[in-house]
Amino acid sequence: MELKELISQKLQANFPEAELEFSEFRNEFNVKFNKKFVNPICKFLKEDSELEFLLCEDITAVDWAKRKNRFTVVYHIFSLKHNFRLVVKADVDESDCNIDTVSSVWKTSDWQERETYDMYGIKFNNHPDLRRIYMPEEFEYYPLRKEFPLLGIPGSLPLPKK
Amino acid sequence: MGLEAKLNSEGFLVTQLDAVVAWARKNSVYPMPMGISCCAIEMMAAADPKYDIARFGSEVMRFTPRQCDLMIVAGTVTYKMSHVVRKIYDQMPDPKWVIAMGACTSTGGMYRSYSVVQGIDQFLPVDVYLAGCPPRPDNLLNALIQIQNKIGRTRARDFQNLKLPELNVIQNN
Repeated sequence: MELKELISQKLQANFPEAELEFSEFRNEFNVKFNKKFVNPICKFLKEDSELEFLLCEDITAVDWAKRKNRFTVVYHIFSLKHNFRLVVKADVDESDCNIDTVSSVWKTSDWQERETYDMYGIKFNNHPDLRRIYMPEEFEYYPLRKEFPLLGIPGSLPLPKK
Repeated sequence: MGLEAKLNSEGFLVTQLDAVVAWARKNSVYPMPMGISCCAIEMMAAADPKYDIARFGSEVMRFTPRQCDLMIVAGTVTYKMSHVVRKIYDQMPDPKWVIAMGACTSTGGMYRSYSVVQGIDQFLPVDVYLAGCPPRPDNLLNALIQIQNKIGRTRARDFQNLKLPELNVIQNN
């Protein structure tokens, strides 16, 4: 059986209520689901002996600006066993701007989630150390959100006195 | 006409103390290599035998600001880094000079962005702006020569009114 079918069958069998959606774009297989299931599904993808997505390559987000569910959190995970990359997505709305952490599944996602929090302001529930990673801690804005101006907000980042 | 010929024929020479001090000072400018990004590679190339910054007496790149006269800010300065650059500048003893090396340092360059300071003259007094992305090592040597000319024009009284923050505190008490 092809790996894509295996993934979709296994996920549908184990998480029937997760509102799973499968799609394919430019040879990358996408899985999208309700954000409540992010932790159990990621744990399953990593620990299932036939899948073994051991490597969390990247976590980031997309700001759709005017869409109802404003943000999409995107996880790029990789199976060394199959040499296969999977894109995992979950929608997050601005009014309820949080999602569960996967740092208990992949330790490396600790800093990746901090970066996503720093740039988009999406909070990761149960994260061990959710602080800004690039911007100064007292900074009040989220630079990769669409409403943030390219040159920043004057005076928001202090300069040394001349 | 050289110095040796003059000393050989007459045994002494007459000049101003200011001129001697400025001459000595400008020919031993110790740079502080504030290498933050890719301009630092060209700065290192300027120190190698091909370009040889030692010809101008500036081969002593000190990694402690306490022994430096000239800060070469070579690279993109972010808002977060600006406090570090300023702190190191403040630790250098007077008199001191600054070269803003490259487009990023002088104006923000291609990083027209919220995170990059659009020119370090917003928080540092800059003596020479150096164009290029990155500038070639010979361009850096040219900037150094300009600094040397500037130092050569200084007189001791130019530094007499320098403010010393520590002294002011004592006087106020």
